[in-house]
Amino acid sequence: MIEFLTGAVFVGFLASTIRLAVPLIFASLGEVFTQRSGILNLGLEGIMLIGSFIGFTAANLSGNLWVGVLAGMLSGLMIAIVIAVFDVTLGADQTIVGIMIVIAAQGLVTYLNNVIYKGGYVPPRIGGFTPIRIPLLADIPVIGDTFFNQNILVYIAFLLVPLFAVVLFKTTWGLRVRGVGEDPRSADAMGVNVFRTRYLALLFGGMMAGLGGAFLTLGYLGTFNDNITAGRGWIAIALVYFGQWNPYRVLAGALLFGGVNALQLRLQAQGANLPFQFMLMLPYVLTILVLIGISREGRGPAALCVPYRREVRT
Amino acid sequence: MTESPYRPASGIVEMIGITKRFGDVLANDRLDFSAQWGEVHALLGENGAGKTTLMSILSGLYRADAGQVRLRGNPAQIHSPRDAIEHGIGMVHQHFMLIKPFTVAENMVFGLKSPREPWLDLDGVAERVAELSNRYGLAVNPRARIQDLSVGAQQRVEIIKALYRGADILVLDEPTSVLTPQEAEELFKILRELAGQSHTVIFITHKLDEVIAVADRITVLRDGRRIATVGKAETDKADLARMMVGREVLFRLEKSSTTPGPEILAIKDLWAHGADGRPALRGLSFSLRAGEILGVAGVDGNGQGELAQVIMGTRRATAGHIYLDGKEVTHASPKERLMLGVGYIPEDRNAVGLIGSFSVGENTILNTHFSPPYARGIMLDRRAMVADAERLIREFDVKTAGHGERAARLSGGNLQKLVLAREVHRDPRALIAAQPTRGLDVGATEYVRRRLLEQRERGRAILLISADLEEVLTLSDRILVVYEGAMTGLLDAKDVEIGKLGLMMAGTKQPVAIH
Ligand SMILES: Nc1ncnc2c1ncn2[C@@H]1O[C@H](COP(=O)(O)OP(=O)(O)O)[C@@H](O)[C@H]1O
Ligand SMILES: [Mg+2]
Repeated sequence: MIEFLTGAVFVGFLASTIRLAVPLIFASLGEVFTQRSGILNLGLEGIMLIGSFIGFTAANLSGNLWVGVLAGMLSGLMIAIVIAVFDVTLGADQTIVGIMIVIAAQGLVTYLNNVIYKGGYVPPRIGGFTPIRIPLLADIPVIGDTFFNQNILVYIAFLLVPLFAVVLFKTTWGLRVRGVGEDPRSADAMGVNVFRTRYLALLFGGMMAGLGGAFLTLGYLGTFNDNITAGRGWIAIALVYFGQWNPYRVLAGALLFGGVNALQLRLQAQGANLPFQFMLMLPYVLTILVLIGISREGRGPAALCVPYRREVRT
Repeated sequence: MTESPYRPASGIVEMIGITKRFGDVLANDRLDFSAQWGEVHALLGENGAGKTTLMSILSGLYRADAGQVRLRGNPAQIHSPRDAIEHGIGMVHQHFMLIKPFTVAENMVFGLKSPREPWLDLDGVAERVAELSNRYGLAVNPRARIQDLSVGAQQRVEIIKALYRGADILVLDEPTSVLTPQEAEELFKILRELAGQSHTVIFITHKLDEVIAVADRITVLRDGRRIATVGKAETDKADLARMMVGREVLFRLEKSSTTPGPEILAIKDLWAHGADGRPALRGLSFSLRAGEILGVAGVDGNGQGELAQVIMGTRRATAGHIYLDGKEVTHASPKERLMLGVGYIPEDRNAVGLIGSFSVGENTILNTHFSPPYARGIMLDRRAMVADAERLIREFDVKTAGHGERAARLSGGNLQKLVLAREVHRDPRALIAAQPTRGLDVGATEYVRRRLLEQRERGRAILLISADLEEVLTLSDRILVVYEGAMTGLLDAKDVEIGKLGLMMAGTKQPVAIH
């Protein structure tokens, strides 16, 4: 343990923690907005999977990583449009819609993977995003290599956290989103278009989940397989509750998950004397336990999951 | 029909031939309505007459099936609340349209463009709010959170919000139902003031005294139709009542004098939390005796609902004691309390009192089905149920197709009669009646009140919880005044001063005069 905490191994651990947290940061931040508007998008797991697949494929075909990133985001947006039609326009049960989306996405990706890559593990074909050293800052011991020698998407993810917090709490748009999630009827009576606000929040959340998925293939693994998301979409939703619908707290949750995951990978590599399935389970179990411990006092948006219809009395 | 001062062409608001249906219900039936510039116009009608529907159409919340709206002489297309706001219409709904966790300032600008777009500019808002506050005597603190404000203060926020958004046509839906008599007086002054300063005020109510106190003209609705529009000078209460109800209203309840018997229900230092987790009852103590009606007076939302629930056992007491006939029942289950002789007319008859998808007959045995004659072992004796149900339907004049009809199809008044019939039939020694006439028409109201008095004469103990002050005053022997879950006074109903009662309802503690 002592040697673990020193030098290169520790830096590697921290850097990996951060990279493992990034897809969750993207997806959870988007979901914070969606839920703040009163919509529970349970489909993140499916959107991330599609985003990773489409992102990877588009990057491969075009040979351009940014095309991949954009394609991943766009695919997330498209799925979110479908969800929005059901959740917002038709007022369907948001839980059922989310689960259906995940199942459909998993089926679709398995099928496409079979058709395009003949199924199974896809060996790296594209280089993925490479780290960018930020001069001076990257020379700080431990911290430098951890935080300032990452790829561009990692930097973007971390910059988005304060940016989203500001949008949510300091702008008129943020106020509208929060109001619609608290009390859509009052929001409507005050002249805010509840449907448009919820559509925007949901589409935005879908795009962010697509980005999170694309990061998995383009910013982290550089490869694709059927189970690449491995439940991260579900964790991202849990993080939103854990983070009390607040971007900073969501970041903390994502880092916790990333940390435990990174630790588990390292212990496996060092040949720790435990079945690897148990190791894989560890970050999920620990994150959930922490969630249960912390989020009990939580109070989400009052109208979360409640469809709004103007002329129907409640 | 009196038509004299009604000149459609002179209206700032004109609604012509408005029709609105909700399923089978014709809420507005080819309604014409017109309000003039600078007047206070009362929209009078019984519950369900279609007042809220008509004004919700004006404010864009509902879309009319037919008819047109003209504002300031021009046709207006109002498809959403936003359109209405842009036309200078502001509505203070009966259930306030405020976002509770937000501050007053945030509610003011919610949905509006900011001068510093995209940034919120709450300091600028505070100034404007202060200015409006002063001008109309509407005291509010822009930094306060709505959920921490009293209902009266929330109402002021609603009015300022409408003015802040530039409304010069202000609609208020039953605004006094949440106010003490003094607060209502103040509100009337503000409304007169607004009308004097070139606003048009449309004031929805079903209370005749208010109409006489504040309106210039009155439009009476009944069953979705306009019965008349009259100037205040050319009408009086009796006239208005006749138009509103559709028949002569003369009832005066006969209340015989009784001598209260032994104590049936005793409440000692009772505490409980509300749905929001904050204390809703704070150390309430009182006793209820046989043959008396103890009325609980207070502005809605001061713990009355929680009190009924705690007595019935559907809400947990956090401290204190409840005794029934001297036996402690603080921790007894609701069923045990029912068996011990407590009857309950819950505030929300649809959610708590009845099961809409069950038949009328099944509803009459909801809380007795487990004992004879309805239960025979584990089997239900439907014949016994049907026999009793038919008797109750006849005896309590419940208008229904029969015991087999689904309860959800009954009107509010008949549902309430059904609950009343069931509870009275069980012959409980103590009856908790929470808002027993809320939402009922005059006929049904009168009926329910007579039945309650009848139970009193039979020596039953009745706790009457009602937001209708007049009801509390006419039915009660003693009046318990509550404010924020604590007692602020206990009065003998024979010599109540309304002014003093109002002060107690607003939280001024008075020495307990009697016990
Ligand atoms: N949103 C709604 N859905 C179904 N029925 C409604 C709705 N709003 C009003 N109604 C019905 O329309 C009628 C008129 O209601 P309302 O306008 O609220 O009356 P008022 O305000 O005069 O008491 C009532 O029978 C009521 O039950
Ligand atoms: Mg109404």
